[in-house]
Parts: sequence; C-alpha cells; structure tokens
Amino acid sequence: MTHKQKQTLMTIVIAAVIFIAALLVPQPVFRFILFLIAYLLSGFSVLKEAGENIIHGEIFDENFLMSVATLGALVIGEYPEAVAVMLLYQTGELFQSYALGKSRKSISALMDIRPDTAHVERKGETITVSPEDVAVGEVFVIKPGERVPLDGVVLEGASALNTAALTGESLPRDVTVGDDVVSGCVNQSGLLRVRASKPYGESTVAKILDLVENASAKKAKTEAFITRFARIYTPLVCAAALLLFVLPPLITGGGWRIWGERALSFLVVSCPCALVISVPLTFFGGIGGASRNGILVKGSNYLEQLASAETVVFDKTGTLTEGSFKVTLIHPDQVTEQELLKLAATVESYSDHPISRSIRAQYHLPVDSDGLTNVQEIAGQGVSAELHGRTLFAGNQKLMDTIGVVTPNCPHEGSTVVHVARDGVYLGHIVISDEIKSGSKAAVAALKREGVRKTVMLTGDTQAVADQVGRELGLTEVHAQLLPADKVDQVEKLLSPNGPKGRLIFVGDGVNDAPVLTRADVGVAMGALGSDAAVEAADVVLMDDDPRKLPLAIGIARHTLQIARQNIVFALAVKLGVLALIAVGLANMWLAVFADVGVSLLAILNATRALRVRNEE
Amino acid sequence: MKKVFQLSELDCAACADRMETAIRKLPGVTAVAVNFVTQRLTLEADDATFEEVVQAARKVAARTAHGCILS
Repeated sequence: MTHKQKQTLMTIVIAAVIFIAALLVPQPVFRFILFLIAYLLSGFSVLKEAGENIIHGEIFDENFLMSVATLGALVIGEYPEAVAVMLLYQTGELFQSYALGKSRKSISALMDIRPDTAHVERKGETITVSPEDVAVGEVFVIKPGERVPLDGVVLEGASALNTAALTGESLPRDVTVGDDVVSGCVNQSGLLRVRASKPYGESTVAKILDLVENASAKKAKTEAFITRFARIYTPLVCAAALLLFVLPPLITGGGWRIWGERALSFLVVSCPCALVISVPLTFFGGIGGASRNGILVKGSNYLEQLASAETVVFDKTGTLTEGSFKVTLIHPDQVTEQELLKLAATVESYSDHPISRSIRAQYHLPVDSDGLTNVQEIAGQGVSAELHGRTLFAGNQKLMDTIGVVTPNCPHEGSTVVHVARDGVYLGHIVISDEIKSGSKAAVAALKREGVRKTVMLTGDTQAVADQVGRELGLTEVHAQLLPADKVDQVEKLLSPNGPKGRLIFVGDGVNDAPVLTRADVGVAMGALGSDAAVEAADVVLMDDDPRKLPLAIGIARHTLQIARQNIVFALAVKLGVLALIAVGLANMWLAVFADVGVSLLAILNATRALRVRNEE
Repeated sequence: MKKVFQLSELDCAACADRMETAIRKLPGVTAVAVNFVTQRLTLEADDATFEEVVQAARKVAARTAHGCILS
C-alpha cells in the first residue's frame, strides 16, 4: 500500500467507528452530530475535489455524483444512508486502487528482464556499476547465473545462455569466443568476459522493454471506444437521474422523497470506472503475455487486429524456409559420396555462387586446389575445370546436355540439382535445397485450427519450388516468380475479398519486405534476436524466427480480446441491471455502491488473466 | 525537448485521458502521451519554456486526476 492509501484507510476506519457509535446513540441531536462528523471525515476529500473541479469547469465526474448523491440523502434526512454510502464508496475506491497497483506490479514483474548490474573492468579492477554506466568498448564480466547486462562480443570464456526472457524458448544457446551475446539472457554455466558493443540505451533488452511499455500507447479500437463511451455515459446517467427525480412525482403527484432516493442511487451507479480501468489493463496484460513468449507486439491495436486474422501471407525464403541453401542429398554413380562431394567442391572452389558455397560448406574440409587449372564459369549452366589433367564439369541439366552426358531420370522436384561429369563420364549428382523450417508445417496446421481461412505463400523462386513447398505445408495458395512490386499487387488482390472484419497478416523476414509489411493489416517480421531492420519495419516481431509463434500470437490476441469483452459485457450488464432495479424500487443506495465497487474489482482481477498464455502441446 | 515522467497516484483511466487532453492544450506543448497502465507521461515541448511547461503540467495533473503526482 502506498502512503496515501494507508492514510485513506485510517480515515475510513475512524469514520466507520464513529458511524457505528452514531447508530447506537439514541439521542437525536448527538446522533446527528456523530453522523455529520463521520460523513465529513470520510467525504471531505470527495467534496473538496468536486468543488475544485467545478471551479475549473469539469463538472461531471464521480466526485460530483457522489457528493450530490450523499448531500441529497442528508437533505432528505437519510443520515445513516448518506454516511454509509460515502464510507462504502471510499472503501471501494481504496480496494480498486490497491487491486490496480497489484495488477500493475504483477504484470511488470513477469516482464522483469531488466539487468540491474554490470561488473566492468576498469584500471585493473572489477567494479559493479549500473548497466547504463558502461561505455561501448569497455570489458565486463558475467558470472554464472547472472543476466547479461549489455549487448557485446565474447572475449574469453564459453557458456550457454538461456534466452527464455527474450524468446520464450528454454533451449540454451552455446556461446564462445567471438560470438555475440544479447542482453537480457541469463548466463548459465561459465564465466564470460565480454566487450560491450552497444550502450545500454540501445541494447536489445532496453529496446524490448521500451517497445512493450509503449505498446499500450497505441490504443486498440476497443479502448478508444470505451473512453468515448465513458465520456457520454456519465452525463447521460445524470440526466436520467434528474428525469427519474422529476418526472414520476409530477405525473403521479407525489412521492418526491422516494424518487429522490432512487435518483440519488442512480448517480452512484453511473460511474463507468470498471470499464475504463479494466480494458487498458487487459490489453497491457496481453502484450506482456505475448512478450514472455518472444512475440513483440508494438501496439494494442495490432493485438486487436491479430485476433481477426483471416488471411495469412508468407514470404518464402527466410520465413517458411531456412533461407540458406544446403546440400540435402548426394547421389553418386561411379564414385563414393565423399569422392563426389570432394570433386564438386574442388571444381566449385573459385565460384562465389550460393550453390558453390553450399557444396563447399557441406564438404567442410579445405579444398586441395593442387592440380586444378583452367577454371571457367559457364553462365546459367555451371563450372568446368581441369583437375590433374582430367576435365570436370559441374552444373545443371543444360550443362550436361551441352557436353552430351546422359543423366539418369531422378527427379528432385523443387530443388536444385548439380550434376558432375569427369572426362565425359557421369559421376552422379548433388541435390541442394532451401530447407523448410522444422516448425513451418505445424505452424500452418495451427493457423488453420485458429480459423485462418487462407494461407498464402509469395516467392520470387520458381513455380516448381513454390508448388512443392505449398504441397508439403498444406498451403491454400502459392504465387511464384514474383518481383518485389508483384508481391505488393498480390497482397492488394488478397485484401479485397476479405470481409470487413477479416484481417490480412503478412509474415516476412523484414529486410526487403517493407512495402508489403506496410500494406498488410498486420506486418510480422522474423527478427532473430535483435535484427534492427525487422524490428523497425514490422508491427509484430517474432524474436526467434519460429513460424509456430504466429498461431500462438493469434491465440493470445483472441484470448485477450475475449477477456476485454467479458469485462465490458459484465460491467454493463450489472450496471444496467442495477439501474433497472433502482428505477422500480427493488434496490437502494447500498446495493448500488456494492454493485459499482464489486464490478470494478472483478474486472481488474479478470484483466490480469490476459497474462496467462495457453500453451499448446 | 522530450522527456518521460513517472506518475504516481493515477488510479482512474478516465482521469488519465482528461489529463492528457488538458496538458495538450497548454501553451508550448508540442505533444503529450499518457500511458495509464505504466503510469508514464511523455512530454514534448519548446526548449525555451520547458521548465514552466512542466510546472503547469504538474498542476494540471494534480487537478484533473485526483492529486496525481508528476515526478
């Protein structure tokens, strides 16, 4: 409890004691005085604020309503009612304030990835400072079990890092000399000496915290609606209260007091606090819950849009596939696998083509270029060279056709095949593919389960490759051989048939997808631990490049909206219900206050549920 | 100049909204954003009158949001 909250509690308790005393005292004048004291004690702050606000032109707020309601009660002689209502109101406000504080704290605690200290080496000594005081280039030490305070490069030591705080993944990442370390991760086993590459303000951890905290600034449509609603709700109910006070007695010719009471009770229920507090809190919880799973959502409005996802468009390379070409199969004919690989690597050793690089990568060992002469690159076909006097050709089908070598009928749909021939003899082929990410298939299936109607892939690659990937992942549509401008056109086409509520999500690796990311309703980027370009361009960033995080993000968004909706419906239903009961005389002021406070508390508690993420599998 | 302030005693989201609108109307204010959930206020105002603007904003905050304190 804050200091102010404790003071308020004291005041309420004292006032309550005096109130009870007043109830027990028979003598009317003394009784009245005690009631008055209790009333003034508990209601002074409310009356004062109401007065101040009126002077500044802000009339219709809850202080005004409560003041009018309770003063009115005093005027018509309902002293116990007036005091009780005021006491209940203040107690309710206190509870609300306390609950709000706790909610805020629990949300922030769960996102507490902020490192507190850094052990920096200066002038031969290791001193402990705040991470903000470490300059770029300084060397600091991370002990086992500590959180990495700044982004940097490992100078000494080897260890494993727990990236759960940033990505939600518990599989540790091994790091050793020369590797980058990212702030926010927890160092597990070994001591690390690291040189800072960025100041704290620009470190990954600081950027993530900044993003999450500011995400609630971009208000969701629901939040904006609630704020507007609250603005008109209060004056409306006041007007209704006035009518309730004036009309029925005029029509029936009497009963001013009863209708006066009812009108006053109306005023008490007219505060829309429950809604106005719980909705932003719910969204904040949702964003926090998402960030704990490595999903950074840059605004509450994007969370809202994710929940209405109808079409998901994927970029291929780097998003659904690994983006790096790898040797997947080696089919030798006359020689061994290793021999074939070695020959291919040797011939391709002077080429910088991605295919050559992947073959060399698979070969692993340094290429022995002893005896290698006359290396030639044949554009669009492959390479040729002479190795120890023998002629080697490595390339595609066209190359083999050119030199008249027959290739076996071994189709590898959707992959690149490098055939190798030596002195006119076919030696075999090597298959190179852009591997589909292990999580892609599960991701697409999960998206369908979440109700996404269309899953589309756009790529600049060939139709054959696109079809193959589409088949393997179960996509609804694929569009291939697209130039960047074509991709935007495709997205435009996909946007139109969507219902007014359906949203289009585009997922890409950020770097060259900026125009498409902007055009989509929600742009999602694969932002491997801090890729600046992706974090800049997108609305949502998946911190670990795992496509499975997208259906999870949609699930979180839906869950959050559901809770927000629950709160709104519940609060409105209860309030309107109580208003109706008051109008027909089945409820009094006490019930009104209970209803108001109870609803607020429940709404706030419900909002914290948005933090908990349902984990599939 | 742009500065972020920590707020305390901000319990009512409607008040946060009122406060933001009121501060926006103060002379010298370029932009203001109040984040109710994190209790942060981001203020952008003319360099020359920044301190006065902050003082004025403090008063507005206390008035429109039940004694909200701008630190």
